Amino acid sequence: MSPRRRPAAPAARQAASPPAAARQPVMHNEPGGSAAHRTDLLRQMLLIRRFEEKCVELYSAGEIHGFVHLYIGEEAVAVGVNQALTPDDAIVSTYREHGHALARGIPMTAVMAEMYGRTTGCSGGRGGSMHLFDAQTRFYGGNAIVGGGLPLAVGIALTDRMRGRSRVTACFFGDGAVAEGEFHECLNLATLWQLPVLFCCENNLYAMGTALARAQAQTDLAVRAASYGMPAWAVDGMDVLAVEQAARHAADAVRGGGGPHFLELRTYRFRAHSMYDPDRYRDKAEVEEWKRRDPIDALAARMREAGELAGDTLAAIDADLTGELTDAIDKARGGPLEPVSDLTRFVYSPRQP
Amino acid sequence: MTGSGPGKTTYREAMRAAIREAMLADERVFLMGEDVGRYGGCFAVSLGLLEEFGPERIRDTPLSESAFVGAGIGAAIGGMRPIVEIMTVNFSLLALDQIMNNAATLLHMSGGQFSVPLVIRMTTGAGRQVAAQHSHSLEGWYTHIPGLRIVAPATLEDARGMLWTALADPDPVLIFEHGSLYNMAGVLAPDAGAVDIDSAVIRRPGTDVTLITYGGTLGKALDAAEALAGEQIQAEVIDLRTLRPLDDETVMASVRRTHRAVIVDEGWRSGSLAAEVSARIMEQAFYDLDAPVERVCSAEVPMPYPRHLEEAALPQVPAIVEAARQAVG
Repeated sequence: MSPRRRPAAPAARQAASPPAAARQPVMHNEPGGSAAHRTDLLRQMLLIRRFEEKCVELYSAGEIHGFVHLYIGEEAVAVGVNQALTPDDAIVSTYREHGHALARGIPMTAVMAEMYGRTTGCSGGRGGSMHLFDAQTRFYGGNAIVGGGLPLAVGIALTDRMRGRSRVTACFFGDGAVAEGEFHECLNLATLWQLPVLFCCENNLYAMGTALARAQAQTDLAVRAASYGMPAWAVDGMDVLAVEQAARHAADAVRGGGGPHFLELRTYRFRAHSMYDPDRYRDKAEVEEWKRRDPIDALAARMREAGELAGDTLAAIDADLTGELTDAIDKARGGPLEPVSDLTRFVYSPRQP
Repeated sequence: MTGSGPGKTTYREAMRAAIREAMLADERVFLMGEDVGRYGGCFAVSLGLLEEFGPERIRDTPLSESAFVGAGIGAAIGGMRPIVEIMTVNFSLLALDQIMNNAATLLHMSGGQFSVPLVIRMTTGAGRQVAAQHSHSLEGWYTHIPGLRIVAPATLEDARGMLWTALADPDPVLIFEHGSLYNMAGVLAPDAGAVDIDSAVIRRPGTDVTLITYGGTLGKALDAAEALAGEQIQAEVIDLRTLRPLDDETVMASVRRTHRAVIVDEGWRSGSLAAEVSARIMEQAFYDLDAPVERVCSAEVPMPYPRHLEEAALPQVPAIVEAARQAVG
């Protein structure tokens, strides 16, 4: 069997030649590098984890429906990238976006209410799990067509460019999108027009059930992005500090007029593609191997080692989150359903009389 | 630039004047598409605009329909008022994902948070011997999609006036320009400006039969009406103008007067806009009809290259006249 037939073992998937700035360790005296900051990162990742675990329960209990794609295992990516974004920046995301939405600061109550299809959801209950939207935080979905969000991100960035605004549009997509024509059209266009897009490729090694090497002739995705003339490098997506540092470096460059940047965030989903997926295409051993690199455990261990995480801190955070989640679920269950008479509302914008 | 003859304007020039006016009036407006700048537009609609407005606002794109149409959607939700030009409706299929899955759905799917004030212009239709990948009339497909507004300017006034109204619309508007119309010349009032994009209009009043059409076949329907007048059949000609949402009221009011309807549509017959209009007449004016609704559509073939076959494939005046005779009985 050729080595390309299977995804490389986690140990071999460390960041491949990041630029010099990204290689430096996060210093404790940096504004983003305090113990309090790391505790916050831990909390955010745990929030996503607990939210997703709750979604499994609620889905299995028949309380939430549709296609639900979980982010468990990939939390370091959303949380790390979001550290580099300001409220003025924009996010375009995919159908596996609960983590992006929560990390962006869309209230958990609004995301949970969306799972329940209630009007109190962040999309008014219209979108469900795959279509989270929030104008307040400039969160432009929730796009469930693989690659379909990239042109939107290019257009949002084009607006900023034409308006002379110094903002970043972060566009998340998976390794599967790299096979789509829209990916190539958009990377070309973004470089050609020097648009402020931060392309965040979440390479979790599988496009649904198709392993990267079974779909891509060149599995080094950063190399492919670099061929369009933009700075691109791979990052260990299981290490939230590495992700944050790379994202800050890239976002600062994008914001400073450096044109689009591309991060290949090497990560792994611990659960199946969606709640429908029997997960027959991966070795259990492979999944277990990746789970040993759990981004939450990894950061917690690192902090404990540095004496930054007292024995009961994590448990206290967890207890808080459980309370928040219970509250969000209660609120979602009690939220109003949209009246059927509103079915066709917003097919078109309300007209001025 | 002037049209052929003193005081005359072409459809192409009317369109260009509309784009120019919009660019001058609203700094958020920009034009983007393949060869819209240096080349001047593949049908020369935007000729000269690059020199006037510069490459930021007259933006040449690579041959990446999905990316630049989607970028138009992103720019629209970002606050701009983009006009995206696609060379032909056949090429627009490369951007269908963006048009269908984003432009048409974002407002509803986001619970009303993100509207898409985007205008997409494209050429449609046959008649220029450009064969089976540049000649089809697929606007009927787009009329299937809730969330889009579809318009088809068939006159100089509409070529001049529909764009501004489309740009003011908060939702995506697709403008279908029939390729045979660009050289059409006539006198356009100096104060010609914005027109509504809601209603159908009667282009020729008549009492015996209603010919319902739009875009490139309006001229043929009017010629047919002229011929029918010679046979003492007074045909009323309706230009639908807006293909989605359809102006049922104007159509039904006419059919209730004439009791007969012929629909002329350059699209293929099966699953066509003509089928939709016909169904609506059955639903809303069945008891006013004195004859079955007739349809004159394109033959169900990929458009052939040779002129005689292309002509045979398209709705022509004799077929419209014959269908009207049939209806009148």
